[in-house]
Amino acid sequence: MKNIAGQKPALLWATHLAVAFMVILWIIPTFGLLVSSFRTGDQISTSGWWKSLFATEQVEGFRTASPEDQVQEGDLYVIEGNVFTDGGAEANTLSAWGTSSRDVSAYAPGDVAELRDGGTITIAENGDYRLENSEPFEGSRGERVFGTVSEPPTFTLENYDRVLFSGSSTDGMQKAFLNTMTVTIPATVIPILIAAFAAYALAWMDFPGRALLIAGVVALLVVPLQLALIPLLKLHLNIGIGKGYMGVWLAHTGFGLPMAVYLLRNYIAGLPRDIIENARVDGATEFQIFTRIILPLSFPALASFAIFQFLWTWNDLLVAKVFLIDASGQTTVMTNQIVELMGTRGGDWEILATAAFVSISVPLLVFFFMQKYLVRGLLAGSVK
Amino acid sequence: MAPALQGLLTIVIGISVCIGYFLGSNLLLDTLFPPRGPRAGRNINIANMVRPWLFLFPAMFALGLYLAYPVVETLRLSLTERVPGGGYVWAGFDNYIQMANEPKFWEAIINNMLWLLVVPGLATVFGLLAAQLTDRIKWGNIAKSIIFMPMAISFVGASVIWKLVYDARPAGQEQIGILNAIVVALGGQPETWLTIPFWNNFFLMAVLVWIQTGFAMVILSAALRGIPEETIEAAIVDGANPMQIFFKIKVPQIKGTIMVVWTTITIIVLKIFDIVFAMTNGQWGTQVLANYMYAKLFVARDWGVGSASAIVIMVLVLPILVWNVRNARKEMN
Repeated sequence: MKNIAGQKPALLWATHLAVAFMVILWIIPTFGLLVSSFRTGDQISTSGWWKSLFATEQVEGFRTASPEDQVQEGDLYVIEGNVFTDGGAEANTLSAWGTSSRDVSAYAPGDVAELRDGGTITIAENGDYRLENSEPFEGSRGERVFGTVSEPPTFTLENYDRVLFSGSSTDGMQKAFLNTMTVTIPATVIPILIAAFAAYALAWMDFPGRALLIAGVVALLVVPLQLALIPLLKLHLNIGIGKGYMGVWLAHTGFGLPMAVYLLRNYIAGLPRDIIENARVDGATEFQIFTRIILPLSFPALASFAIFQFLWTWNDLLVAKVFLIDASGQTTVMTNQIVELMGTRGGDWEILATAAFVSISVPLLVFFFMQKYLVRGLLAGSVK
Repeated sequence: MAPALQGLLTIVIGISVCIGYFLGSNLLLDTLFPPRGPRAGRNINIANMVRPWLFLFPAMFALGLYLAYPVVETLRLSLTERVPGGGYVWAGFDNYIQMANEPKFWEAIINNMLWLLVVPGLATVFGLLAAQLTDRIKWGNIAKSIIFMPMAISFVGASVIWKLVYDARPAGQEQIGILNAIVVALGGQPETWLTIPFWNNFFLMAVLVWIQTGFAMVILSAALRGIPEETIEAAIVDGANPMQIFFKIKVPQIKGTIMVVWTTITIIVLKIFDIVFAMTNGQWGTQVLANYMYAKLFVARDWGVGSASAIVIMVLVLPILVWNVRNARKEMN
């Protein structure tokens, strides 16, 4: 199968190119946001993020130190300094310079130019300049020079500092981060146990109506949770849970169950029949079979579901908005805070990009370290 | 109490209650009907009849309360109207008629249809392409990881990512959105992509295609690997070229999986909310059903019409629901 393409090098090259193109297309949007989160607001709004990866070149005007600073070295009067020291950008380099605004790149670094008022000037690549004259420099102002300056890429961690550690309630994400964790972990752990018992019953116990129940679970798998919003909110308000963590945990548990039961049932039903029947013959109770045999053997499926439920609850906006976030705003989650940032401060890309990346980073870590289980879960969880 | 602590406590209590329930109910069953003594046979039979329901009860209760009951309740709400002072009165199809008279509703329906036409199809095709191509090269797994990665990113995060891509500055200024930068570099005029009527829908769809292609790729890649080698070898022997092998040998054999991917993404499209909510909030002609419903329920606070639009989503999902159930039953028999 593999050697079909191998027979035709041109085709293989086309494949490489096509995949490379697709990969670039897929990574660029995320990469752009990542780069932006390390730039200052000014940088983001004045140049595209892709330019920040390379040195930027621009022509700037400088003025040398004034004649007051001249020193006498033997016969020569000398003024020395560095054109960049005023701006504090020591990493900049000069690629060309000139003494007249009509020809700003007349000289290369190191060249010596004649000054109009007598004397010579030379500027090195790192911005050090030296004016020499056999007579004292006169006048009160320094010489005007122009240079083509290339600035190396500069990045900052300040945005992350502001988003993660500053106390400000609009920029700061630490509270939303904690809230998201608080929502996510119980909402991931609780459904697993409930679903595992049900899945075992549906897979290995005989009782009337089993097929119907499985069909019911498959049906509920696609019921849009939008339908559940109002009835459940009413229910929560009536039984006194109201809006809060308890409500959002219960809601996520309920919405996650069809997937959990379906995924785990498929996996548990696929376990070898011999193991379970041998245990039954040996006199193990169903409860023992479940806890001693089924649960340990189903670890991969449990992990798959846990990852799904984690990603889903971490990334959720709608359920949190309906069941958790009240008018006080104390229980906001990250997705909600980002949407609010987009609305109120759409222009503050540095905060928005950083906040988004903080929220994305945890799922991405989970994704890269547990991709195997995620793929396995996807394959088992799609209705075939 | 700090919410984090409360969360931890909930985990502990929740798990203890679960274990307590399963352990306790099983013990109770074994005490009431001991599998020994003079009536051991009868007791075992009774216990075996009851036990599955002990195992099932918590899950079935939660499923019933959190998914099945709301379907019925939403249907009821959509047919009633709130009266001032509390209580509900039967309203027949008033809510549906009111909804049908709103242009925003039809805009949402038409846009949702557009989404349905474009997103599942494109994501499936791209996914199939990526699966087929990456399987043939050495660095295919890395490529797969990258294309799959957006699956882990929230819709909200993806909205921020793409908002930067679509960002527009007035002509003459330096563009910071990469799409406009490319357009300007090619000699075009910068556009505010998200406000161009009709076409802006496609820029929103691109975000979902970007997310879902990875899902399609992973599932289809597994299906492609499951194709029996003999069928392909036979085709090669018969002189088929790679294109023919792909379209005439491979694709027909994974048709079932392609349908699964397509329907799964279709369901996601029908429920799509976050992307539209975060990027345009339905302005500039980009409304979709789920966001329309959200606006009705929580902004206009019109539960009748909101429920009616939720029922519309449910009705659209129904064919896939039936198809899924039939497939699942076929597989089990």
